This record gives sequence, C-alpha cells and structure tokens, in this order.
Amino acid sequence: MAEHLTQASYLVAAILFILSLRWLNHPSTARRGVAAGVAGMTAAIVGTLLHPGLGYTWIVVAMVVGTMIGVPLSRVPLTAVPQRTALSHAFGGLAAALVGTAEYFLGVSGSGHELTAFRTGALAAEVILGGLTFTGSLMAAGKLQEVIPTRPITYKGQNLINLALLAIAVAAAIYLVMDPSQWGLFVLILLLSLVFGVLLIIPIGGADMPTVISLLNSYAGLSAVAMGFVLENKVLIVAGALDGSSGLILSIIMCKAMNRSFTNVLFGAFGQVQATSAAGEAKTAKSGTARDAADLLENAGSVVIVPGYGMAVAQAQHRVREIYDQLTKRGIDVKFAIHPVAGRMPGHMNVLLAEAELPYDALVEMDDINHDLPQTDVVLVVGANDVVNPAARHDKSSPIFGMPIIDADKAKACIAIKRSMNPGFAGIENELYYADNTLMVFGDAKGVLGDVAKELSGESAGIH
Amino acid sequence: MHQIDLWSMAFVFMLATFVGFQVIQNVSRLLHTPLMSLTNAISAIAVVGSILIAGEQLTTFSTILGTVAVAASMTNIVSGFMITDRMLKMFRERRRQ
Repeated sequence: MAEHLTQASYLVAAILFILSLRWLNHPSTARRGVAAGVAGMTAAIVGTLLHPGLGYTWIVVAMVVGTMIGVPLSRVPLTAVPQRTALSHAFGGLAAALVGTAEYFLGVSGSGHELTAFRTGALAAEVILGGLTFTGSLMAAGKLQEVIPTRPITYKGQNLINLALLAIAVAAAIYLVMDPSQWGLFVLILLLSLVFGVLLIIPIGGADMPTVISLLNSYAGLSAVAMGFVLENKVLIVAGALDGSSGLILSIIMCKAMNRSFTNVLFGAFGQVQATSAAGEAKTAKSGTARDAADLLENAGSVVIVPGYGMAVAQAQHRVREIYDQLTKRGIDVKFAIHPVAGRMPGHMNVLLAEAELPYDALVEMDDINHDLPQTDVVLVVGANDVVNPAARHDKSSPIFGMPIIDADKAKACIAIKRSMNPGFAGIENELYYADNTLMVFGDAKGVLGDVAKELSGESAGIH
Repeated sequence: MHQIDLWSMAFVFMLATFVGFQVIQNVSRLLHTPLMSLTNAISAIAVVGSILIAGEQLTTFSTILGTVAVAASMTNIVSGFMITDRMLKMFRERRRQ
C-alpha cells in the first residue's frame, strides 16, 4: 500500500513539475508555476518519507541545515544571481555524486542494490556528471564573484589534456562495468571527474559565462537522470530531463546570440582576443554634456534604451527608471532593447530592469526591436558595448564578426554613456562612437544618468 | 533488474525530454533567469535519492554521504523556489495612466 502511495505521489509531482514550467510562458501566470513546483516537490518528499524502515533523525537534521543555508542564498542582490545559480548547480552535482558514491559502495559490500552491468554504468555516468558539475560550477561561481581571475587561464596542450582526462574516466567506467567489484576504478573515476570540472572551466572567459552556466545547468539535470536510472525512480528521470533540456535550450540560445558553437565556447578560450589594429587614422568622437543629452531626449518622439551589464555594475538602473518616467510623462514612447547575452546569465537584464520597477511590456527582445530602430529618434546606450558594435555586421577581421547586434547605429541619433574612449572588455574598437549622429557623454553611468534625469525634471532649470 | 524496467525508464526519459523541449521553448524570454532558478529547484528532486540513503542508515559511510546530499538538495529546493518567486514578483505590467 505504502509503495502505491509513494508511486502516486511521484506521478503527481511529475505532472506538477511540467505544469510549473508551462506556466512560465507568461509573466502573468509565472508565480502559479512556482506554487506548482513547490506542491510537486512537497508531494515527492512526503511520498518518499512513507518508504518503510527509514530513520528520520539525520534526514530532519539535514533538511534544517539546508533550509538555513538556502534562505540567505535566496536573498542575494540580483546582480549576484548568476553566482547563486552556479553555486546551486554545484550543490546539485554534489548531491548526485554523493548519492552515487554511497550507492556504489553499498552495492560492493553487498548491503545495497545488486551492481548489475546496467546499474554500474548508470552509477559511473552519475558520478562523472555530478563530479564535473560540482567542481566546474564552483569555478564558474568563483569567476562570477571575481574570487578567481575572470580572464581565461590557458596553457599549451590544454585541450589535449582535458580530453585525455575524460577519455581515461570513460575507459575506467567501461572496465568497471565489466567488473563492478574494482572499487579502485570507481574512486579513480570520481577523482578524474572532479579534476576535469576544474580544468574545463578555467580556460573560459567572463564573457562566456552565460553559456557555461546554461551548460552546467544541463549537466546537473542529466546527473539527476542518471540517479533516476540507478534508483529506478521515474520522477527523478522526468525532473532531470526537464532540467537537462532547459539547460540545453538556453545554451543554444546563448551560442546563437554570440554566433559561436559549443566547441568554440568550451575550447576556444574567448576573451584573450588580440588587441586589434588600434591605430589607423585618428577618428574623433563628438562629446556633449548631460544637458545636451536631455535636449535630444526631450525632443524625441520615440526613444530606445540599450542597457548592458555596465549599467548594473554602476547600479544605474534606478536612474534609468527616472529617465523612463520623465520621458513617458511627456508622451514619448520609450522601450528597452534587450540583447540575449546582456548581463551574466540568460535573461539577467530583464530581472535587473524589473527590479527597478520598469514594466515588462517595455522590455523588447533584440529580434523584435531591430525592425523599429530605423524609425527611432534617439537610442540611449548605457553600459553596453559589443552588442551595439556595427563591426559585427561588416568587418570580417573583427573577433565579433557575425554576432547578431542591436542596430543602434540605424537610429536617427544615438547617445552613448561611457567612462572614456578606452575599448571595452574584449578590446574591440566600436565605430558607433565615432559616427556623425552619435553623441558621447563621458562619465560614470549613474552620475551622468542622474544629471540627465535632473535636467529632464527641470530641477536644475535655473543654472543654464 | 528486469529488462522491461530498463526499457520503460528509457521511454520515460525520451518522452520527458521531448515534453521538456516543447515546454521550455514556449517560456517567455523575459523569464529565462527565473526559469533557470526554477529548474534548479525542480532538479533538486535528487533529494528523493538522498533521503533513501540517509534514512536507510545501512553503513555509517552511506549515512554521512546521504545526509550531506539531503542538505545540499534542500538548499537548492529552498533557495531555488524562494528566489524564483522573489524575481517573478518584480515583473509588472505598464501602469495605467
């Protein structure tokens, strides 16, 4: 009877998980999705606790500890959400690797499930995926938090060494399947996967983090699937498959948005791009003041704001909101152009703008807004650089050639806020800044936008 | 394990992956960050396996590993669902003038 109740709870959980993701298709139903997820998880946990012969002491202790760590982790600032996400992938990988290890040694000692060839293979997959997700995600979180250097760390023969490590782990797994009692091989597989996770992430630069996080998300899901095969538990397989496919879809979107392939992201060590021929004829950019920017904005009929991660770093999103409020009050149509890789993880920019209480219907995806840009009066670029660089369209020698961009240069006028003319993170010159219809306003984004907002509100009307 | 079980699990995996692709492709692009934290919490369903290992208490070694795994999964469940809800609360439609 208990067994039927447990299985029924798993079935209910699987249905609720699918509905949970389905309701994320629109912001108005999305919170219902969270409720469904919580209900599904509760059902699955209660169903599992019904399993006869379980001692609850350590389970309760662990749940209390997990809750105590989880609550503060859910309250991090939104700029730190990518790190938190990477950290939780690490926890997911850790849980899979630990359960796999425990299952294996129980099996070897004869007190657990019998180690059939199939179960041993699934255990090896679970431990390889879990182990590399654990250390790889810790490295990614460290890079995002800037505890470890964000630039790619490379050395000669790196890719060869990484692939060799993985090949040895897979070969060891095959031997283990043939003779599951060789526990030394199991330990070797576990250690290799932990080392492989570290080595896989260190050559990847900060700009590629959105793809890497998505990929690790996928691995974390697949390790749960492997656990499901080991334990013959179908709800684990369903939830893991949902997570795995979600991570995969997001990685594909991120790769497309940068015009790069998986292999290029994983083995290309992007970010150490050669400083391109900087010289050439001395170009001049037109620079202006906050007042000039405010004038341009005030007299526009339509404005598109292009935010980049620099805006979030400068904590300028609330100033952007003030400008949005001032302009919409005057009847000016204001929209935001969101590049898929703006920010440090998929969709990051939308969350940062939503936090500043900007309505989500003003946030428009790149593909949808590019069509409108030639009719737009003023584009305001805040803390974005490569995603508005026209070189991506026509300069075959540019490292970002082929990357889809937001066509800021096609608007009637453009205002770009920047600290100085120094090329950005990737060291790529941006010709947008030298265009005739571009006005540069130099300074810290938060300060400049604050001044523009003041000008618009008329607070400093007496000064000029 | 029976051959039947193996194949039925493979079928479950295949079908769930297809459902996953369909459902995820329809998720609003606005919500990709909450999507990732939500799938994070959902894949912490690994807690099910962890509970069994921690609760069966077959050896000291397995109990320790299981307990740590329950704590790690529980962290993901709690923080994943809570931060997703916190982010989704911020998404508002344009105010009516």
